[in-house]
Amino acid sequence: MDDLEQFRLETRQWLEANCPESQRQPMRQEDQYWGGRRGKFPSEDARLWFERMRDRGWTAPEWPTQYGGGGLSPQQGRVLKEEMKRINARTPVYGIGLWMLGPAVLEYGNEAQKQQHIRAIVNGETRWAQGYSEPGAGSDLASLQCKAEDKGDHFLVNGSKIWTTAADKCDWIFCLVRTDPDAKKQEGISFLLIDMDDPGVSTSPIPLISGESEFCQTFFDNVKVPKENLVGELNKGWSVAKALLVHERKLMAEMGSDSPRRVLVPNVAAREYLEFENGKITDNRLRSELTDYDMQMQAVALTHFRTFEEKAAGVRSAAPLVMKYVGTEAEKTKSELLLAIMGSRGLGWEGDAFTAEEIDTTRLWAMSKAMTIAGGSSEIQLNLIAKNVLELPQS
Amino acid sequence: MALVLTEEQRLLQDTAKDFLTSNAPVAALRKLRDEKDPLGYSPELWRRMTEMGWASIILPEAYGGLDFGFMGLGVVLEECGRTLAASPLYASAVLGASAIILGGSEAQKQALLPAIAAGEFTLALALEESNHHRPTHITTTLAVQGDSAILKGSKCFVLDGHSADQLIVVARSSGADRDSEGLTLVLVDRTATGVSCQRTIMMDSRNAADVQFDDVIVPASSIIGQLDQGWAVLEPVLDRGRVAIAAEMMGIALEAFDRTSEYLKEREQFGAVIGSFQALQHRSAHIQSEIELCRSVLLQALSTVDDAPQELPLLASLAKTRLNELVKLVTNEAVQMHGGIGVTDELDIGFFLKRARVAMQIFGDSGYHKDRYATLCGY
Repeated sequence: MDDLEQFRLETRQWLEANCPESQRQPMRQEDQYWGGRRGKFPSEDARLWFERMRDRGWTAPEWPTQYGGGGLSPQQGRVLKEEMKRINARTPVYGIGLWMLGPAVLEYGNEAQKQQHIRAIVNGETRWAQGYSEPGAGSDLASLQCKAEDKGDHFLVNGSKIWTTAADKCDWIFCLVRTDPDAKKQEGISFLLIDMDDPGVSTSPIPLISGESEFCQTFFDNVKVPKENLVGELNKGWSVAKALLVHERKLMAEMGSDSPRRVLVPNVAAREYLEFENGKITDNRLRSELTDYDMQMQAVALTHFRTFEEKAAGVRSAAPLVMKYVGTEAEKTKSELLLAIMGSRGLGWEGDAFTAEEIDTTRLWAMSKAMTIAGGSSEIQLNLIAKNVLELPQS
Repeated sequence: MALVLTEEQRLLQDTAKDFLTSNAPVAALRKLRDEKDPLGYSPELWRRMTEMGWASIILPEAYGGLDFGFMGLGVVLEECGRTLAASPLYASAVLGASAIILGGSEAQKQALLPAIAAGEFTLALALEESNHHRPTHITTTLAVQGDSAILKGSKCFVLDGHSADQLIVVARSSGADRDSEGLTLVLVDRTATGVSCQRTIMMDSRNAADVQFDDVIVPASSIIGQLDQGWAVLEPVLDRGRVAIAAEMMGIALEAFDRTSEYLKEREQFGAVIGSFQALQHRSAHIQSEIELCRSVLLQALSTVDDAPQELPLLASLAKTRLNELVKLVTNEAVQMHGGIGVTDELDIGFFLKRARVAMQIFGDSGYHKDRYATLCGY
């Protein structure tokens, strides 16, 4: 047996022994634990499961052990994911800190920043928000205006950030701020970590077409930020941001496969909501659209696997660069298809006339519209593919 | 199952690319077309392809093969798609050989497989009887009487049928039209008495034939597999053929797209190269995304033939549908993005457009395979 198989065996045994039965059930949105100072465990079992995983460093399996991570190789990390999936083990803690800020600090941060922030993320002690977009800087992110003036021992931050996900529940926010107003667009930007309890920071939620308001706008009014909270070099924040965006896009491309909602799956919903005759859906157009969708999802899933295999084999391809575009477009297609399959049952918004599953599905349809906008819109993704893969000239 | 090529497979791909670029460029197909070559391919090219072992790739070692699998075959066919190389490789060494490997008797394997590998002998599959792929719509009859049988009927769209030494004919030995039961595969000499073969000139300048069988007498020993049980052999042969043609289609799409991308970087209008226009960039980037998805689907389908044949029907229909749609999109966009020159015969793009349309019809268009995929999924 090779080392990886040995690891798989041990992992399987440990998970069997330590993952509570309740933490192997399909997750609803309210079952998620996001950590942070204000974070509450949805149940005692969720706390137990989180603590057991945390103590092994498996809330961040591939991060270095010296900062509390699991120290696993990418191959071992994949085995852990597979073994968790095998028993439907829930993700013990979610967070932008784990997905985005942590990897950026590990790559660009100094030792003190790693000591201060990485272990706190692994331990679920801080919940992070992302401060990139501004009301006047969406797809054209580099035109951002939120400014940080050098005041000797600190930066003075003024401006606002929009689409700061769940910022009203977060402890810290990482921001792109303009530190040199005279430099060319991308060149005067720095990457700053801001404690949201600092005086002058305020946040208000934005109601969305989905009826939710997970996104917020965060305002900075004469906020004093210590100099040591600068990640990477002054005016070189754009390269940190770009590295982070790659993590975000990868995440968004994968999001559909790990949805916590009680949403329907099109080919299952078809059985409940459509007429069949001799084992076939009678509505030819919907049958054809469902087939297109299932084929697309199979192709997307295979491409996802391919990116793993290529990474393990040290092969480079354009596949990772198209995943955000194809993954989020597929999610949008899925939601439209589900609504078409459900007919008038797909129109419910609230109340008892519709099942919780139906309402969640409908609301996810509204939310899915944001997926091809956030994290670099589909149009921006196509620009990037044209530039970076096809090497087409820029106008 | 693998979604990346091995070092060996990459090496084979490089060799194939180098060889075909110098020995079988699109200009070679153009020449065959312009000269109205009666054979439709170069015997010298075919000889050299078989010398390099391309006709032996999927054959078991015991019969003179390389046993290199469909992952290996796929890279060669992809390169053949890039240069539109005309040869009996697909008809004989993929379709014909697969039928013998999957259904043939020991004697048939001994007699035919080494000859196919050497390129001395070629096969073609005579299946279709109508203008759409309907593999159970078989009215050609095979009546067995003692040691011989009588074959009667006609076939169309028989790939490389005009030049094959023998045809594998799908005939009905019992049952009704559209039944998968009652089909029988039988080997027939193309020059046997009662066989008349008419080469058809198609848009792709490649090779196919219509074949008629007028009371052709064949020995019962020419039957491949069990009488009436031909479907059990035919279906996996067709699935292998679908995956293999999908590999060729990938090559067609890649080459047409590469040529178009290069053109976008050269052609100037309004004082700028047209590749700097976002309208064209977004369409190109969308094509690149489709290529990436199709690449994964194709690799999975090829390795499914080698490693998980029970899953092949679903993967074959997925691959054929997705590659059908890809070549249609890419070749149409290739013509459009080239503008006026795109519709001239002088430019090679038209050859890719035309070959793509023929490949799309081979063993099932997207409608056929979407229906099959949905049925396999239970809806």
